[in-house]
Amino acid sequence: MPEGTLCNKKPVETAEGITTLLADQSGKTYYEEMKSLEVDSDLLWKTIQNTCKTRIRTWLEICAHCGMCADSCFLYLANDRDPKQVPAFKIQSTLGEIIKRKGKVDNKFMLHAMEVAWAQCTCCNRCGTYCPHGIDTGIMFGYLRGLLYQQGFVPWEMKIGAGMHRVYNAQMDITSEDYIDTFEWMVEEYEDDYPGLTVPVDVEDADIMYTVNAREAKHYPEDLAEAAILYHIAGEKWTVPSKGWELTSLAMFAGDWAACKMQVDSVYDAMERLRPKRMIGTECGHAHRATVVEGPYWAGRKSGRPPVESIHYIEWLAEALRTGKLKIDPAKRIKEPVTLQDSCNYVRNHGLRETAREIISYIVEPGYFIDMAPNKEHNFCCGGGGGFNGIGYFRKQRNIGLKVKRDQILATGAKLVISPCHNCWDAIRDLEEVYEIGIKWSFLKPLIIKMLIIPEHLRPEEE
Amino acid sequence: MYSLLTGPVFYLSLGVCIIGMIVRFYQYFNGLSWQLDRVAYKEYPAMGFKGAVRSIYKWLIPYGTYGWRAQPVMAAAFFGFHVGAVLLPLFLIGHNVFLKEKLGFSLFFNLSTPVADYLSWIALISLFFLILRRLVLPEVRILTDRKDWGILLISMAPFITGMLARYQVGDYSFWLTAHILTGEIVLLAIPFTKLSHVFLFFASRAQLGMDFGIKRGGLKGSKMAW
Ligand code: HEM
Ligand code: SF4
Ligand code: SF4
Ligand code: SF4
Repeated sequence: MPEGTLCNKKPVETAEGITTLLADQSGKTYYEEMKSLEVDSDLLWKTIQNTCKTRIRTWLEICAHCGMCADSCFLYLANDRDPKQVPAFKIQSTLGEIIKRKGKVDNKFMLHAMEVAWAQCTCCNRCGTYCPHGIDTGIMFGYLRGLLYQQGFVPWEMKIGAGMHRVYNAQMDITSEDYIDTFEWMVEEYEDDYPGLTVPVDVEDADIMYTVNAREAKHYPEDLAEAAILYHIAGEKWTVPSKGWELTSLAMFAGDWAACKMQVDSVYDAMERLRPKRMIGTECGHAHRATVVEGPYWAGRKSGRPPVESIHYIEWLAEALRTGKLKIDPAKRIKEPVTLQDSCNYVRNHGLRETAREIISYIVEPGYFIDMAPNKEHNFCCGGGGGFNGIGYFRKQRNIGLKVKRDQILATGAKLVISPCHNCWDAIRDLEEVYEIGIKWSFLKPLIIKMLIIPEHLRPEEE
Repeated sequence: MYSLLTGPVFYLSLGVCIIGMIVRFYQYFNGLSWQLDRVAYKEYPAMGFKGAVRSIYKWLIPYGTYGWRAQPVMAAAFFGFHVGAVLLPLFLIGHNVFLKEKLGFSLFFNLSTPVADYLSWIALISLFFLILRRLVLPEVRILTDRKDWGILLISMAPFITGMLARYQVGDYSFWLTAHILTGEIVLLAIPFTKLSHVFLFFASRAQLGMDFGIKRGGLKGSKMAW
């Protein structure tokens, strides 16, 4: 059966494999090879029989074909109400068809299914909350991605991303040494401003074990320094693990469930090794979803919880502000129109709808915060979730998808968008690049640092 | 014909419907898997139960959810049809008399004739809107297949034949027989078609309710604002 050298059914499991794939500029050869990748129908059907149980089958069966989910999907709205973007249609014409045909689908069908699964759905799960039958199409797309991944029909970046997790336990080629070096180097950079600033590595029994997004180590190292500064000023006993420090999971976007398990196991091992009281993850949405919400299930934890209590960065920030561990100088609060991007991954899908708003009550001058409409668990996806941001092959579709968020932001009149999620942050940055609506965007860490009252004993000696 | 339909065929279709749905309910919950669905159902039964109940009852209240409020006309048509589709077969006085005769018991109360008439007309008008919607709106048309029309036809038939009998248009006994036959077709269709939603609606909503009640916010003490 024809399998490409780059595009095939085998996961990438070595550093060389990753280098080879990366050398193929934007996956040109990879996608070329995909056009003749054969479908293993027997495997497909067997997998479905083993893993597609009554929840999904009932959803597909009882769908009333009523179309009530149409308006709930930002991609339907962004594409001028193209009926082909109705959630129920998207899933019935892909996963529904595969099941109906008992897995006997051809290459062309799978290529199309790949586009629908990664470029017509970000797994934001909004439609699931608008369907009278409680049919969550986003979940079904997550499932479909797993089937497509197994057959090798997965966007190039996703294949690489999943491979990274398999090889490095991180979404990028960053080794433990690289990571700790970067963190230490960044902390040194800021030592003069914050005397005593350190990064405690592998400290056992700390109060907090901090985990990050590998992008921070690679592209935004200031973020690491900012995290250290905030823990330092708050007087926290914290640590970073040298292994198991990555919170994210491109494997989840890719549908590579085995890699998902490897990834979260590495973090859970760190928890078990270091026995922190709590794990706190950085300002990332999908990463929180992967490691805290879905991860326990991949790892086979019946309790549905990670080994130690794990919270999102905004939960810690809200708590630190509430308890006075961090104090804001009221004179420095934000005094321009500002709005908030609710991340689907921890707001709709983990109930944290008030947390960021509590933080905002401390850091924004009253009267300057304008909520988007709709908001909280009904907020629209930023437009780039579920891996969409990262897939060059579907860039055009992604840019169209940004329109809904653009209009939501414009309607608030805000000049600044607070975005405590890496993916949303990226999408909003790209949105400004593509549509130039004149906004700034920011994580919380840099905003808070600018307005902190630093306790006397932590200030640098005056010269 | 009449005695056949009110005799063996009646018992058969009622039996198939009830047993069929018991089996399907059992299969549904038996097929839920904490690891595949990624919801720790068994670990948090109380939270799961509360989440399930909320997810069902919110959606049974007209305009009780964001979803219903986002589609006011659809919501009206849905409730207009479904109130009739659920209450009329169960509580119509004629049905209760029939039940008493056949099974020896009748259900809690009877709808008075004017109420029953209202409900029937509202249901028929609502059905008309549901059909219109299906013909006109592109986002519904793209989803519609032949089976959907079949289901609508099957669901509509007992109403229409019942009304024709009620108002004695033409041959009463013919319409009555047709009404019983089409009603029995609905009963037989329930376990095997999309009409299974009559029961599986509760299963599916309960499942998503457990998901939100446990995993997606429940453990954080946050209740989904449906
Ligand atoms: C407790 C009972 C029931 C519940 C909770 C329920 C729920 C629902 C829901 C949520 C929908 C999707 C929304 C819509 O398309 O209107 C629906 C559709 C539908 N239901 Fe029911 N249903 C029930 C009983 C029945 C019964 C008894 C019948 C028929 C005899 C019926 C016939 C239909 C039909 C034909 C549709 C599709 C309407 C269309 O084509 O747009 N339902 N039901
Ligand atoms: S709202 Fe639900 S039942 Fe209606 S078409 Fe969409 S998925 Fe199907
Ligand atoms: S999960 Fe989100 S993106 Fe996907 S179909 Fe539903 S609403 Fe659209
Ligand atoms: S990137 Fe943000 S808004 Fe978009 S799907 Fe992810 S969490 Fe949701």
